[in-house]
Order: sequence, then C-alpha cells, then structure tokens
Amino acid sequence: MDTRDLVIQASGLKKIYGTGGSEVHALRGVDLRVARGEMVAIMGASGSGKSTLMNILGCLDQPTEGVYMLDGVRVDGLDRDELADIRNREIGFVFQGFNLLARTTALDNVELPLLYDRSGRKLDTKAMARATLERVGLGDRMDHQPSELSGGQQQRVAIARALITNPAIILADEPTGNLDTHTSVEVLALFQELNRQGATILLVTHEPSIAAYAPRVVEMRDGLVVRDHATQELHDATSDLQDLEPLEVAS
Amino acid sequence: MRTKRFVDIAVESILKNKMRSLLTMLGIIIGVGAVMMMVAVGQGAKSQIRASIDNLGTNLIVVTPGSSSQGGVSRGAGSFNRLTVQDAEAIKRESLLLSGVSPVIMAPTQAIGGQGNWRTVVLGVSTDYPMIRDWTVSSGRLFDSEDQSSMRKVAVIGATVAKNLFPDQDPVGQDLRLRDVPFQIIGVLQAKGQTANGNDQDDVVLAPFTTVQTRLAGHQFIGQILASTALSSDIPAAEDEVRSIMREQHKLAPYDGDDFTVRNQTDIMDAEASTTDVMTLLLAAIAGISLLVGGIGIMNIMLVSVTERTREIGIRMAIGARGSDVLSQFLVESIVLSVIGGALGVGLGFAGAKTIAGLTGWSTAIAPAMVALAIGFSAAVGIFFGFYPARKAAQLNPIEALRYE
Repeated sequence: MDTRDLVIQASGLKKIYGTGGSEVHALRGVDLRVARGEMVAIMGASGSGKSTLMNILGCLDQPTEGVYMLDGVRVDGLDRDELADIRNREIGFVFQGFNLLARTTALDNVELPLLYDRSGRKLDTKAMARATLERVGLGDRMDHQPSELSGGQQQRVAIARALITNPAIILADEPTGNLDTHTSVEVLALFQELNRQGATILLVTHEPSIAAYAPRVVEMRDGLVVRDHATQELHDATSDLQDLEPLEVAS
Repeated sequence: MRTKRFVDIAVESILKNKMRSLLTMLGIIIGVGAVMMMVAVGQGAKSQIRASIDNLGTNLIVVTPGSSSQGGVSRGAGSFNRLTVQDAEAIKRESLLLSGVSPVIMAPTQAIGGQGNWRTVVLGVSTDYPMIRDWTVSSGRLFDSEDQSSMRKVAVIGATVAKNLFPDQDPVGQDLRLRDVPFQIIGVLQAKGQTANGNDQDDVVLAPFTTVQTRLAGHQFIGQILASTALSSDIPAAEDEVRSIMREQHKLAPYDGDDFTVRNQTDIMDAEASTTDVMTLLLAAIAGISLLVGGIGIMNIMLVSVTERTREIGIRMAIGARGSDVLSQFLVESIVLSVIGGALGVGLGFAGAKTIAGLTGWSTAIAPAMVALAIGFSAAVGIFFGFYPARKAAQLNPIEALRYE
C-alpha cells in the first residue's frame, strides 16, 4: 500500500478511562490503515471499543497512547482548537440520530460547516449547500426543517452536511440505526454511490447485514481488532432496492 | 461576516422563544426604563435651576461679608467683618478685569403709592447693577451717574411692584413713598421671574445706593458687592484680583484669613446643583441594583439555554466549531438580549418621562448621551452576565454533548 495515499494510519492506539484501580481499557492497541477511496465497515458489539475508536478517528477524542495520522498529518497531541479545525476540514460526521439543528432549514444545516471554515477562502456557501443537497437527491427539500422531513431524508441532509467540506473521510456512526430496512438500503446506496465517486467512508455498525455493503470489514472485540477482511459477498444496495417491496408511504 | 452570522443566530434563537426572551429582558427593561425616567425628571429640574441661575446675570462675581471658614469663632477686635461702599469703590477703581461693580444695600420697605402700599425690598445699587444683572427697563429709563452722584430720589420699580401698586396705569413719572421719603419713579424693570428658590426677582425697587444709604438705610454697611467680567474666562483671575483688593482694603495681615467670601456663578450653581447630584447618585445606585438583578435574570436563562442546547453545541463542535465560536455565539446572544432590553427600557423611560411631564408640568429632558449610556451599560451587563454561561458552553466535551438527551 502506498503510504502517501493512506487517509488513516493509526498504530498502537490505546485509550484508558479512569485512573488507578478503576481503569477501563477501552482500546488496547489498535492498528488501522485506510486508503483513499476505501469503504470500510467497523463492526463490533457494544463495549467492543468501536465507539471509542470512532471518537478518536473523528478527532473528537485523543488516544492515551499511540500514533494517529489523518491524511498525512499527525493529529494525536493537538489541542482543542486544532482538533476542531481538523474536524471541520477533514472529517464529515453522519450520526445515528441525524443530529441536525432543529428549526433550521436543510439548506442552513448543510451550510453550517462552511461557516466555521477558518481557511479564509471566499466561499459561496449557499450555492455550495444547494449543490450538495442536489447531490444527495434533496434538491426539492432545501427549505424544509428537519421536523418536516422523513428519517431517510434527514439522514440525507446529514450526509450532505458531511460532504460539503469535501472531507478526507466520512465517519458514519450507525447511520441506519434509526431507519427501517428500505430506507436503510437507500442510505447505503447513497454511501456506495459516493464511494464510487471517490469518497472514503468508514461505516461503524454492529449489524453484519449493514457491514455486508462495505468491501472491507474490520471486526473489533474487547478493544482490539480481531479480524480485518474483505467482504465475501458484497451487497449492492441499488440492486437490493429493486428486490425490496416498495415502501408504503405513510400519509 | 462571522459576527453578523452570530447575531443572526442570536436573533433567531431569541425569536424562537419570544415569551421567555421577553421575561428575561424584563429586569433590564424595567431597570433602564425607571432610571431613564428618573434621570429625565432630574435633568429637567437641573436645567430649570441652571436657567434661573443664568437669569441672575452673566459672569457674575459675588462678594459677601464673613469667611466661610470662620465658623462660630470670634475673630476679636480689629478684624471687621463688614463690607462698605468704600470696598465697592476700591474694587471699581483698582480692578482691571471687571466690567462692572455695584454695592447692594438691602432695605426692606413698605412702599406707598398709586393704589395703596406694598411690602418690598429697596436695593441701593450703582449704575453698573442693571448691566451686571443683565437687566433693562420695559418702560421709562434707568438712573444714571448724575442721579447717583446727586443722590436724587429716583426709583426704578420691578414688574411685581408695578403690577400691585399701579395695576392700570403707567407708573413712570408717578410718586412713590419709601419710609416717608418721596421718590419719583423713572422706570419699570423688565420681568425676570422667580429664582430657583422661588423668590420673586421682580418684587424689588432699585434706587441709587447713595440715596438709599443716606435716606433709607442709615448705616454704612452693605450686604454684598456684585461684579461681573466681560469674558467668562476672566472669572478666576478677576476673583483673585477682587480678593487681593479686598484684603488690602481690610488691611489683613498675610496670616489672617479672609473676612469676606468671593464666589462666582459656577460656585452658586454648584451649590444649587448639589441637591440634584445627591439625587442622581441615589438613582445610579437604584440603576446599579436593578441592572444587577436584570443581569442575574439573563445569566439564569442563558444557563438554562446552554443546558437545553447541549446537543446543538455538540453538533456544532463536531462539525468544526471551536470553543471560541461557541463562546461568541452565546455571548452575542446574551448581549443582543440585554441590548434589546436596554432599548425597550429607553423607550419605556421616554414614555414615562412624557407622562410625568404631562401630569405634573415639570420639564423633563433625555439627553442622547444618556440613551447611549443606557444601551452601552446594558451591553456591558450582557457581556458580564453572559460570559459564565457562554464559557460553560464553550468548555463542553463534544462527545458528551453529542450524547446528551
């Protein structure tokens, strides 16, 4: 693997919560490399350390030990402000609970990361937000507030928000956890499409059926990576959608 | 751009909770409103006092007998605690800076003439007096130096005296008996109105001090000496000049204190204004307390708001907001809240002052600087009481904030 094209390069990541006798070893030495353009599922039961890993990879948290290079830049040991800037530029988050700002239109939600941009670039933030919403198929829902959107639509808005800064990696934490099967597959189809367009995606999930849509699966248990393998039967969400019963739209 | 965005967010969030925002601002609104109202009334009173003192004359210097530092201690024989006509003449003769000097001999008198009699005060003054007091006649003439040197029994009467003794006729040329001495009325003074203390300045009869001294008062001492300068900038120097002439005149040794007091118009104004100043201080204290209470209200709501919006803060941090961005957002919100409150308070104060003015007939005045100060102070309250909640928001851990339900 060419090191220059590694988006994530983590070695010996450890995370210990608490001190003394009540120490909890959430991560006990995780090595992970993700190349640009990969779509990787991180699987594990709750308590396996996948959330902790996700927080560290997402620069929301710092490892107790270990080295973490994101897009060629060493990010362990940075301070709060530097981490915030890295999150803004390099990471797009998609959460299980969507985490959109309530009473704020889809357009404004998607625009939000650009308002915290500190590069000094002149950006037409509204136009970029519009273009990104169109890219996720919500061109006709821009002025809707989250409460006026379905779960799947809300998650698309969240994905657009993650995409807008053109980040090095998209971190999706159980992105289908709150969605029904049909909508889940729709969202996964969007991820696969974005991945085909070149986006690097990390999909954190505890469901093997979701992980099956990622070409590579990293399995975690008790704070360690126990298996890192290519998916044998890779699902294509777009073709799966056609097999599924059309969703009954609640009026 | 950034600031504008924060203000937008703040206004949005205030509008989303209209009722709560209004209640939050209520403390500030009432505080600022009450203070504006009180200050408006106070300012009105002050400008009234100022106007009536200006009415005394321009660039006035007053010499009165006795030293203010003397207290009740007798100065013993040899120090004479009196002003004389000679003092006034010496000042007139030797001063370079004064444009006019006049002794003032006061003789309360029952004046008889025209329709009957009237209790008033005869002021024995020099020809400079009307100029010093910025006073002129509405009919007839003032007495001149000829009248003064010849001790003529001529009088110029005030508007109140004229109205009471000669209601329906022109007093000029009529006779006036003052302590059985017949005077001829040669002029009527223009009406000047009341002083700040409510004394009627027009209830007066002016006559040459020479005449009053010999015919009415019967003593050599005079109540005060009035003087004025042409330029207000000369006042301090002129006061020093008067003081040294007076010391020489009274033959005071270098170690003696003054046995007279020299004051200028500003001193008099200050004395009059000191009451208003105490009032203002009291108002400032009330303002301080009410703004403190208002500020605590804002802090309380901002703390609630931070807790309520923990998840929002988490989202913003996850997508790249720095602590300082979150801090600014909440700080701006609290400032916007308090400034809107302050502005509404100013409006309330205006309305209240107008109402008071309408009900009581007092004059009220709201200075633009006062409005700026009120709003500036509100903003300061917003910053001071918004900082702690904003800092609390900025220091949240993004992971925990995102998990907050």
